[in-house]
Amino acid sequence: MKRVSLALTVAAAAGFLTQAAGAQTLKTVQDRGVLSCGVSQGLPGFSAPDDKGNWTGIDVDMCRAVAAAVFNDPTKVKFVPLSAKDRFTALQSGEIDVLSRNTTWTVSRDTSLGVNFTGVTYYDGQGFLVRKALKVNSALELNSASICVQTGTTNEQNVADYFKGNNMKYEVIAFGTADEAIKAYESGRCDVFTSDVSQLYALRLKLATPADHAVLPEVISKEPLGPLVRHGDDQWFDIVKWTLFALLNAEELGVNQKNVDEQAKLDKPELKRVFGTDGNLGEQLGLTKDWVIRIVKATGNYGEVFDRNVGAGSKLGIARGLNQLWNKGGIQYAPPIR
Amino acid sequence: MAIEARSPPPQFVAKLRRLLGGRAGWGGLLLQVLFVAALIWVAYEIVDNARGNLANQRIASGFGFMSQTAGFGVSQALIPYSEADSYTRVFLVGLVNTLVVSFIGIIFATIIGFMVALGRLSPNWLLSKISGGYVELIRNLPLLFQILFWYLAVLGTLPNPRQSVSVFDAFFLSNRGIVVPRPVGEAGLDAFLIAFVVAVAIALALPAYARRRLFQTGKPMTVWPFALSLLIGLPLIATLIFGQPFSFEIPALKGFNFAGGARVAPEFVALTLALATYTAAFIAEIVRAGIQSVHKGQMEAGASLGLSRGSTLRLVVVPQALRVILPPLTNQYLNLTKNSSLAVAIGYPDLFSVFAGTTLSQTGQAIEIIAITMSVYLLISIVTSALMSFYGWRLGRSLGS
Repeated sequence: MKRVSLALTVAAAAGFLTQAAGAQTLKTVQDRGVLSCGVSQGLPGFSAPDDKGNWTGIDVDMCRAVAAAVFNDPTKVKFVPLSAKDRFTALQSGEIDVLSRNTTWTVSRDTSLGVNFTGVTYYDGQGFLVRKALKVNSALELNSASICVQTGTTNEQNVADYFKGNNMKYEVIAFGTADEAIKAYESGRCDVFTSDVSQLYALRLKLATPADHAVLPEVISKEPLGPLVRHGDDQWFDIVKWTLFALLNAEELGVNQKNVDEQAKLDKPELKRVFGTDGNLGEQLGLTKDWVIRIVKATGNYGEVFDRNVGAGSKLGIARGLNQLWNKGGIQYAPPIR
Repeated sequence: MAIEARSPPPQFVAKLRRLLGGRAGWGGLLLQVLFVAALIWVAYEIVDNARGNLANQRIASGFGFMSQTAGFGVSQALIPYSEADSYTRVFLVGLVNTLVVSFIGIIFATIIGFMVALGRLSPNWLLSKISGGYVELIRNLPLLFQILFWYLAVLGTLPNPRQSVSVFDAFFLSNRGIVVPRPVGEAGLDAFLIAFVVAVAIALALPAYARRRLFQTGKPMTVWPFALSLLIGLPLIATLIFGQPFSFEIPALKGFNFAGGARVAPEFVALTLALATYTAAFIAEIVRAGIQSVHKGQMEAGASLGLSRGSTLRLVVVPQALRVILPPLTNQYLNLTKNSSLAVAIGYPDLFSVFAGTTLSQTGQAIEIIAITMSVYLLISIVTSALMSFYGWRLGRSLGS
C-alpha cells in the first residue's frame, strides 16, 4: 500500500537521516535542478492535469512561481499528486519541497506536524452540495441526511461540529479520495457532498449533469488555503512566502504578464525596488535581483492566476469575493516589498 | 528374576546446551546472546534517533494523542461512539468493524469455496464448468476493482430510500442499505433466553447420547426430530408462561433516511461480498487440490461400501483432505483479513480507514499510528493462525498421524 510505504519512509527518514532537519532546501532544490511540489490528485481550478497532461490550477501556478523565482524557468517543477491523508507525510519526509494542495491552515497542523504555512492563496469555507430535486434550500434542513466526505480533511470535523451544534442527526461516509466521495454522492449513496465551496464548484463539473446539483448558501467554516513548507528552514520558508506576496503585490501595483517589461523601464522608485533595479531585496532572500520579474513573467500576477484558473476566465467562474485585494473590497493583503 | 529397567543417566546439562546453543554448544549460545544484544541496541538506536529527530522537526510524538477528542463521525459503530469520544474509542470502533467484516467474510468464503470446489469436481458437466468459470473469472480480477463493482455497479443502482423496495412495509432495501425491524426486549425475554439456551445444550448433547445408546443396546436413534421439537417447543412454552419476549421496532422513512430499526450499511455488504467471493475462488482451488490429493481408491472404497457420493466425500475423503487443505486455507483467511483494509475506497470505517487514515491525518503521528496498526494486524493474523494450527493438531490426532 502506498500510504503505508509513505509512512514507513517517514519512519526511516526520521530514524536514520539527520539531514532532513534544518536542511538547506534552496540548495537541495538548486542541486537537483527541479522543484518537487505536492499537489492534489485532480481538483479542477486548483491542481489538475489538462487534456495534454500539463498541470494547471492556482496551486500549480504557485509552484511554477517558486520555480520561476529559483530557476527562471516555470517548467522545472515535478508535480507529486497526493491524497489528503498522505500530504503531510510526504512533506515531512522530504519527498516534496512545497505542499501546495488546497490545505487549510489550522493551529494543530501548524504546531504538531513539523510544517509551516506560508500564507493564504485562497480564502475558502466549507459548504454543501445537494441535488436540486431534493428541494432543500438551507443546510439547516439536512437533519438525518447521509453525507459523503473525503477522509483526512478538516471537513470531516467541521461537519460533525455543525450538525452537533444545530442538534441534527447525520450519517457521514468518509472516502479515501474526493473522486470516490463524489462518485458515491452521484450514485445516490449520499444526499449531500460536503467540502470547501471552491471544491464543490470544481467537482460539480465532474458530475454527469452539473445543472441538477446546487451549492447551499451556508458556509460553515473558515478554510484559509495555502502552501506549506517543512519546519526548520527559514530561508526556504521566506522564499515561498514572498513568492506569494510578490504575486499579490504585482496585482496591487498593476504589473501583469504583458506589461512587466515596460513597467520595469519606468522610473518609479517603488517599481524599481520591486524589480530589483534599485537595491538587492531578491538577493537577500537567496534569489536574484529580478525575482519579481521572473515570477510575473511566468505566471502573471495573483489576479491573472485567479481569473485563469478559477475566476471569470475559467469554467468554474467563481467570483473574487474574499480573494479580491484589500483595496478593492476583499481581504487579500500582502506586506510591502521594501 | 525380573530385570530392572535401567534409566539413562541424567543429561540435563547436555540437553540444555543443545537446546540453547545448537550443535555449536556453549560457543553458539554466546553468539546468540551477542546477536540478540546487537538487535536490541539497533532497535534502541532507531527509536532514540527517531524521537530526537521528530523533536528537532517539531513533529509531535508519543501516545498522548490517544486520549484526545476525535471530533469526527463514524458511519458504522458497533460499540457506542460519539464525536466527543477519544481516539482510543475510534481505534476500538475501527478494530471491531475490521474483525466483524473479516469474520463474516471468512465464514462465507469458506462455505462458497467448499461448494465451488465440490461443484468443480462434480461429474455433472454443467456444474463443473460453471464452478471452473467462477474460479477463473473471480481470481483473475483485481480485488479493489471487485469491491468497487459491488459497491457502485450493484448496490449503487438500488433505488433511493423514498422509492425503496419494501417487504410487508417492515423490511426495506435501498441504496442506504437493508433496514430491518429491530427486536426490543420485553418482560419475557430472560425466560425465553434461558429456555433457548437449555434447548440448545440438550440438542448438542443428544447425538452423544444416541451414540452411546447405539453401542450399548444396538438400537439406532434419529436425533433431529427431538432436537427440533426441543428448540421450538421450550422457548414457545416459556413465551406462553412468561409473556412476549420481545417486540419489534418497525423502521419508517423520516426525512432523508429511515429512523428506527436496524440497518446493514451498503459499504459493509459490498465489502463482505467482494472479500468472500474473491477469497472463495482461491479456497475452492485449495479444497480441490486437497480432495484430489486423496487417493481415488478411497472414493471407490466408499462407493463399494454402498455409501452415496455425498456421504463418501463427507465421511471419507474430506477428513483426509483437510490435512492438506488446512495450511493454505489459513493463508487465505489471513489474506482476507488483511485485504479488508481496502475498505477505505468505499468508505467502510475499518481500522485502516478510521485509525491509520482519519486519525493519522488529524494528529499527524504517522510512526505511532502505523506501528499500532501493524501490531494489531499482526496480532489478528497470529491469533487466526494459532487457532488454525490448533484445529490442525486436533485433526491430526483424530486421524491418528
